[in-house]
Amino acid sequence: MSEGTIKKFLYLNRKAPYGTIYALESLEVVLIGAAFDQDVSLAFVDDGVFQLTKNQNTKGIEMKGFSLVYNALGDYGITKLYVEKESLEERGLTLDDLQDVVYEDENDDYAEKKSILLVSRAEMGQMMETQNVVLSF
Amino acid sequence: MATISVGGKDIEVDEEGYLVTLDDWSEEVANHLAQTEGLALDESHWEIINFLREYYQEYQIAPAVRVLTKAAGKKLGAEKGNSKYLYELFPYGPGKQACKIAGLPKPTGCI
Repeated sequence: MSEGTIKKFLYLNRKAPYGTIYALESLEVVLIGAAFDQDVSLAFVDDGVFQLTKNQNTKGIEMKGFSLVYNALGDYGITKLYVEKESLEERGLTLDDLQDVVYEDENDDYAEKKSILLVSRAEMGQMMETQNVVLSF
Repeated sequence: MATISVGGKDIEVDEEGYLVTLDDWSEEVANHLAQTEGLALDESHWEIINFLREYYQEYQIAPAVRVLTKAAGKKLGAEKGNSKYLYELFPYGPGKQACKIAGLPKPTGCI
């Protein structure tokens, strides 16, 4: 891919992690798309906020868990995970219920930094406006 | 489903030769898989294989090649963090081939 054509991609996640295939499919597309060196962000709204929760246990539903994969996103250059505040609150969740996803900043001596950005519904809307491509799952 | 036979035990593999069940893996299985790929494993191979297995345990995915390259450089030393070194060890691709021998699924985003 030629340089200079970097677009802003947003992957919008609105569904609970299990029960449908959306969350896992989104994550796979994100990982595959990461090879193209675009400016990628992820957003978690509605039940999508459950995707980032801690201590997920998929034993009872006999599915492979994939919640730890979010922690690998930093290695793929994906460091912006926007989480909508209202969606968390409506579900009785706080940031403490979510995994502590971090990335290592190569430009800052590999300092660990937080990937999760808590934003309001209004800020989420504004952020979406700035994107070139929004893919909804 | 295809199977391979290692140490008298039949182990299921998919159509590309990747283990179906992660827990079937052992060093013996790794050596067998390497042999079918025409590789004799030495210490430098094991370094990468063990690294891949640790990565998988931590993140539930096999890393894409560029992620492996970067991480190997950081963990094992800069001289090992380049694709030339990794391709010399695993000529059919450090992602695909090394993951197969390490008993992991094919990496997502490995194109």
